[in-house]
Amino acid sequence: MSARDTILRRLRERTDGPLSAPESDFAVVTHRGWSAEERLERFERLITSVHGEVLHVTRDDWTQALAQLLSDKGVNRLALGREHPVAAEARAALADAEVELVDVDRAIESWQREQFDRVDAGLTSVRGAIAETGSLWLWPTPDEPRRLSLVPPLHVAVLDADTIEDTFFDVVEAHDWAGGMPTNALLISGPSKTADIEQTLAYGVHGPRELVVLVRHPKGA
Amino acid sequence: MMDATPTVQTPTVQTYTPREFHRQAHDALGNPQIRANFRKAMDGLMDKRRDVFGDWDLETLRELGANIRLRALAKLPDLLEQLEANCEANGIRVHWAEDGEQACRIIRELCEARDAKAVIKGKSMVTEEMHLNAHLEAAGIEALESDLGEYLVQLNEQTPSHIIMPAIHLNTDEISGIMHDKTGLERTRDVDVMTAAARHQLRERFMAADVGISGVNFAVAETGTLCLVENEGNGRMTTTVPPVHIAVTGIEKVVEQLRDVPPLYALLTRSATGQHVTTYFNMINSPRKAGEHDGPEEVHLVLVDNGRSNIYQDDELLDTLRCIRCGACMNHCPVYTRVGGHTYGTTYPGPIGSILMPHLMGLEETKDLPTASSLCGACGEVCPVKIPIPDLLVRLRRESVGEGRGNVPGAGVKRTRTEAAAWKGFQWLATHPSAWRGGTAVAGKLRALAPARLGPWTDYRSAPKPAGTSLHALVKRHRAGKDTGNTTGGNRGEHDS
Ligand code: SF4
Repeated sequence: MSARDTILRRLRERTDGPLSAPESDFAVVTHRGWSAEERLERFERLITSVHGEVLHVTRDDWTQALAQLLSDKGVNRLALGREHPVAAEARAALADAEVELVDVDRAIESWQREQFDRVDAGLTSVRGAIAETGSLWLWPTPDEPRRLSLVPPLHVAVLDADTIEDTFFDVVEAHDWAGGMPTNALLISGPSKTADIEQTLAYGVHGPRELVVLVRHPKGA
Repeated sequence: MMDATPTVQTPTVQTYTPREFHRQAHDALGNPQIRANFRKAMDGLMDKRRDVFGDWDLETLRELGANIRLRALAKLPDLLEQLEANCEANGIRVHWAEDGEQACRIIRELCEARDAKAVIKGKSMVTEEMHLNAHLEAAGIEALESDLGEYLVQLNEQTPSHIIMPAIHLNTDEISGIMHDKTGLERTRDVDVMTAAARHQLRERFMAADVGISGVNFAVAETGTLCLVENEGNGRMTTTVPPVHIAVTGIEKVVEQLRDVPPLYALLTRSATGQHVTTYFNMINSPRKAGEHDGPEEVHLVLVDNGRSNIYQDDELLDTLRCIRCGACMNHCPVYTRVGGHTYGTTYPGPIGSILMPHLMGLEETKDLPTASSLCGACGEVCPVKIPIPDLLVRLRRESVGEGRGNVPGAGVKRTRTEAAAWKGFQWLATHPSAWRGGTAVAGKLRALAPARLGPWTDYRSAPKPAGTSLHALVKRHRAGKDTGNTTGGNRGEHDS
């Protein structure tokens, strides 16, 4: 008999007989009832508490803020997508800037070393954020592959303020994650960190050292 | 100056054994460095956990966490089949292993099929449990840990001493010494410098690795999703950069639905390190799809039983399988916080180790572990999924002396004929009042002959001495003095029942 069948049979022919499954009440992880302001305030407080930076920008001027940020952080080479409106707008706005734009829509095998050693920052869109924990949620795509938010030392994420929801549970339910998951779904809350050396926090141990979230607001908001 | 190419030596793991628990505990208690390192770390973790649940209805959340885990266990065989079907539909190949040996073999063969020479690993306790690194190394495949704590412990030729913070037993100077000796880094107390050096060393290894091996925190049957919880990003690197990803998990880690994940994740991060959330929550559903530009070409899931289906048979022991491996029970255990993780000599130390390892290794090896507890109840109180750890410790103590159901491997190993006979005799005496009275009277007379030492029991206590006059006799005398002429009162309760 295969290992699979042996294991399953042992589980099915349980000595103490069948078990009954309790009902689950998920109320404790939902129904926060926060206003948009409370959500934003909470998101910002929590993500900054784990070393994320938040910059408030408007939908109209965000690319100027991006250019300024890149120059402040000394970014020479920025990796980004092409099709997502965030990437497309950034490309247009940065066309004449000092910063060199690095394409990510190519098989990683052809530029792995370059990605690890010579990219200063990655720019990604996000699908939304979670107020309760200060988390961004991303479903990487061929246009914005998953390493874009992982390998470069600076991750710049562009978030629309009206896509912040209350809890992780709310996001999973409202967007019917169970109905169709991408190759990889991610929550990101701050830059990479470790406390493995005597509980002292250090950032950038494997992933980005810095995470900057550009929170876009409608004009005049 | 350019960073020197790291010269990481192939480590051999230094071993502790649960058989030597008492000696190891003695050594640890006599080691001020170990005691200070653990004390400091665990105090911090306890405070952080307390603070992070401040604005939560913790009890309701624990209740939910416990019943999600129980529901998953109630449906376990069906959920495993559903998980397998959904993973396969997503392109993840599923393998089953009855024990650690078999799991190691499966993984080695997957590596050999890709002609792999170098494996990079994310943190995975189940691979520690089955000694995967040693197995791969014997087959000429180098397995390098990439979680910083695990990496340091591996460089130091040790095993992890905590399931969440593997290098918690080491302080900054010790780590600096290890990095200096093993990688050539100049000695420093600057944690950022050490971290940056490790980043540099490990990034090379991620790029060079043929296979990435990770654990799994939750496997979702409904969608065929593998969830990984981490702060460092090494888990994401391990599962994204090499061309093959092999995930390894115990069969109990499955949950029914995606909606079960947020509450468990909330409990896990807060209980483990007092964080609201970890930096990364990584949900893997498939290998690289057509048109995608990164991620592994192959993803495998190895489902490991290794004693779990045995635990599953018994209604009481089953609770052990609810564990989500947060480590809170160790952080709060007065024994663990004093002796540290290596003392237990097992993959999982502390309270969870004491209730899990007897099943994985048998009570012959681990009979001292269920006694490594004051039964203060702290572990059960903090456990986010409400495992009644103290009750399970008592159950295993009973099993070890042959007083349980006998369905734990090695049950009865501690039973000695003299002790069993002594207790039988005591039972008889205690249920035969006239014999009892006679016995206590004799013991009172011979009290000078009572031994001053009673084995290890008297290492830290003085031996009991029978009183010259028994309590019973004293009460009788007292009553006789008070209620003169009334002898019935003194006799009350003296009839055989
Ligand atoms: S037994 Fe409970 S407290 Fe201990 S590691 Fe498991 S879930 Fe955490």
